[in-house]
Amino acid sequence: MFDHILGKLDLSAIPFSEPPAMIAGGGMIFGAIAVMLLVTYLGKWKWLWSEWLTSVDHKKIGIMYIIVAIVMLLRGFADAMLMRAQQAVSVGSAHGFLPPSHYDQIFTAHGVIMIFFMAMPFMVGLMNIVVPLQIGARDVAFPFLNSVSFWLFVIGVVLVMLSLIVGEFGRTGWLAYPPLSERQFSPGVGVDYYLWSLQISGIGTLLTGINFFVTILKMRCPGMTLMRMPIFTWTALCTNILIIIAFPILTVTLGMLALDRYLDFHFFSNSFGGNQMLYVNLIWAWGHPEVYILVLPAFGIFSEVVSTYCQKRLFGYATMVYATACITVLSFIVWLHHFFTMGAGANVNAFFGIATMIISVPTGVKIFNWLFTMYRGRVHFSAPMYWTLGFIVTFSIGGMTGVLLAVPGADFLLHNSLFLIAHFHNVIIGGVVFGYIAGFTYWFPKATGFKLNEFLGKSSFWCWLVGFYVAFIPLYILGFMGATRRLSHYDASTGWHPYFVIAGVGALIIAAGIGFMVLQIGVSILKRKQNMDTTGDPWNGRTLEWDTASPPPFYNFAFIPHVHSVEPHWDHKQAQLHAAEHPENIEPKRPYEPIHMPKNTGVGVMIGIFGFFLGFALIWDIWWLVIASGVAIFISVAYRSFDYDIDYYVTVEEIEKIENEISSRVKA
Amino acid sequence: MKYKFKPCILISLGLMLLLTGCSAIVLNPKGIIGQKENELIIDAILLMLIVVVPVIFMTFVFAWKYRASNKKAEYAPKWHHSNAIEAFVWGVPIMIILVLGTITWRTTHELDPYKPLNVPGVEPINIQVIALDWKWLFIYPEQNIASVNLVEFPVNVPVHFILTSGDTPMNAFHIPQLGTQIYAMAGMTTHLHLIADEGGDYFGRAVNINGQGFSGMQFVARASSMSDFKKWVEKVKQSSSALSVDTFKQLSKPSEDNPVSTYSSVAEHLFDNLVMSFMMPGMELDGSHAAAVTRTIK
Repeated sequence: MFDHILGKLDLSAIPFSEPPAMIAGGGMIFGAIAVMLLVTYLGKWKWLWSEWLTSVDHKKIGIMYIIVAIVMLLRGFADAMLMRAQQAVSVGSAHGFLPPSHYDQIFTAHGVIMIFFMAMPFMVGLMNIVVPLQIGARDVAFPFLNSVSFWLFVIGVVLVMLSLIVGEFGRTGWLAYPPLSERQFSPGVGVDYYLWSLQISGIGTLLTGINFFVTILKMRCPGMTLMRMPIFTWTALCTNILIIIAFPILTVTLGMLALDRYLDFHFFSNSFGGNQMLYVNLIWAWGHPEVYILVLPAFGIFSEVVSTYCQKRLFGYATMVYATACITVLSFIVWLHHFFTMGAGANVNAFFGIATMIISVPTGVKIFNWLFTMYRGRVHFSAPMYWTLGFIVTFSIGGMTGVLLAVPGADFLLHNSLFLIAHFHNVIIGGVVFGYIAGFTYWFPKATGFKLNEFLGKSSFWCWLVGFYVAFIPLYILGFMGATRRLSHYDASTGWHPYFVIAGVGALIIAAGIGFMVLQIGVSILKRKQNMDTTGDPWNGRTLEWDTASPPPFYNFAFIPHVHSVEPHWDHKQAQLHAAEHPENIEPKRPYEPIHMPKNTGVGVMIGIFGFFLGFALIWDIWWLVIASGVAIFISVAYRSFDYDIDYYVTVEEIEKIENEISSRVKA
Repeated sequence: MKYKFKPCILISLGLMLLLTGCSAIVLNPKGIIGQKENELIIDAILLMLIVVVPVIFMTFVFAWKYRASNKKAEYAPKWHHSNAIEAFVWGVPIMIILVLGTITWRTTHELDPYKPLNVPGVEPINIQVIALDWKWLFIYPEQNIASVNLVEFPVNVPVHFILTSGDTPMNAFHIPQLGTQIYAMAGMTTHLHLIADEGGDYFGRAVNINGQGFSGMQFVARASSMSDFKKWVEKVKQSSSALSVDTFKQLSKPSEDNPVSTYSSVAEHLFDNLVMSFMMPGMELDGSHAAAVTRTIK
């Protein structure tokens, strides 16, 4: 009995024979210990626990999401560097430093991490910080649920990182197509790590989707009709609709794969009537909307940035909304373009090809709207504007190659090639990453109270932009040369080698861009006194989030704002400017009223910890622990449901104290 | 001009690199399918450049002209709507997608991998393809021969590939210079029609990740003259081994970087029995169902 107490887990799970994994894992453990020692040295454990980990404040949860996202960006990028290095040297008689068994784990981890544990939390983090402020709310609709979502997501991160040093990760590619991901071909725990990290964090994402959907629909301040919502909030709303519809598909699909692996079902197996094509359909029925889940908020960010830094109202607000809604609907009827070469008939392929192209119309309209916002504007070249301009150019090219791949006749040739890889990095880096970094820079002072270093931000931009082209244009060319994705080795006679070397150089330039980013954050924190934003409105903004202090008090607004247009903060400022002429537009001073706020709770963290044990136990077949942690989660939820001491009123005195402090900051 | 130069240089550099790419394999097709696909790629790119080039141009011009320091430029902070511009920005992309959509409908049917290629007076050749871990097995049902990691066929004769897979992960079959690729899956049959209009050895490989031996899972597609092809068939018929059910089972075991090998004859209905074996538990590759019956009785 005793040797079953840890399920399949024993010392052989630690990959001593794989130096890269051990070095990375060692570095990870060292980093974690260093952080813990630092917190202990500073005596900040209590502060960390009561102010951050147990917080239900949407701004703090947002910041924690983004911190994790940046850490995971470093991890995912380290994987990318390993791949570029391997492909730059593994030609002809040389086989590089990564055997296929390890290389396959790296590209799988790269894809999974960058999509699920970098881009998704970055997006959710920005949404957390910004959306309640933009709609004039004091928190999200379900603050506790928000904390639970965050901790469920963290479980996924911890499991993926743990797979480096305990066991292995999947070798199947980021979507784990069966039968390769079935036990028959992937007997190890790699795919199980994949399944449970995505299942658990996916539930977190679904809860976030519901939370923000309700927040945006129900918690807008008086006067903020749907057609007065800032575009970022609109894109967030559409993204959350997509999450609510798409993520259950992912959960079910991965659940079916888990049944195949654990209980010998045959949904997707070769034999006993399994159908691998069913999985491919299901996973893309989630996977394609997922792309728009990521990119729509980026579009929203660009809309805010362009309008602010051009000091001009956004061109075609209504069109922007309709275009976003069009994309939301269309994103569900194009999934088949990911497998035109699976034998569907010409009518089916043509339908999905044309449906895909139609998406480029609203997307193109958005690009024109940003351009016409610049037109007759006053363009201030701040770092977020750099990212936006870089995005418009890069994304146009990526969109073009995307529409090309939507033509089945072209896809027959280019599918599964590096052209495809270059295309989606073109839109994900050029669209999603550039967008999130623009938003990060733009809202950073709002979240922290000080601005990011402008010079280092621009240095980072140039490295990212140049690095992107140097890294991915060779991949486009390699695609035309017939180079397949995911190769750990190729023949010298293919003539691919020089292009892989150039691509490797490009990755190094991007590395410099990431280096500048990290440096920028560090320098800005150290020199924050010189870059304080005392006004709450450092960029001369137009929407409600700039109407409160930076960082906002935990209750966001002392008075719930009343909105009369699509640019409430801009109107507010105009009214103050013309106060003499229009005294009626200045809101009279009112007495403060007590504010109803949620209390912090540690239950989210507890669910996170038990959830981690649940995932880990499922991966390693430690069944007693599965049951124990499942029961513990149930008890935590039950405890919370019977806890009625979850909210309180902020007293008028405290509000006065905070507000006076804020106004003294502004005067200083 | 500080903001304009670097991206301009980059883009021209990019286009130059792309042009050098034109001499690359895919844009150097050796069969009518590949040629049509390449023409389609170029047509589609040109059509889309109608929008993409002005967008990139406008980005630079607008950003430069309306820079904050240029106080001479018009500034209309409240201007945010124009029916004419709206009509234009919806209209032009819609027109382009209408054209591209029409082209797509036509070419998707024309290039349908399942559509036989008709060359008047020429009988197509049928080749069965079985993806195994990690090699390609080619069976010539009419010639009753088989080969591993080498597929030879006559030039200017339509080739009808009929594909499936052994008990392996999902596979995909691609000869880039000849055109379309297609998935090969266990228990299923897919079809692919290709033709070579020039003799030579073309590079082919598995293009869907399938495990340890993925990178080495490549083969040679040799287009030769009719007489050379017939000679090759005769030579293969003299091979020392035949592809019996047992040999096939042996061959199915995972192996990497397989050399080319040939088989003088092939067990009857091997391909069909393999496909069926995934649907009928216990069915043997020789077509007998004894095991299935036993299992049912148990």
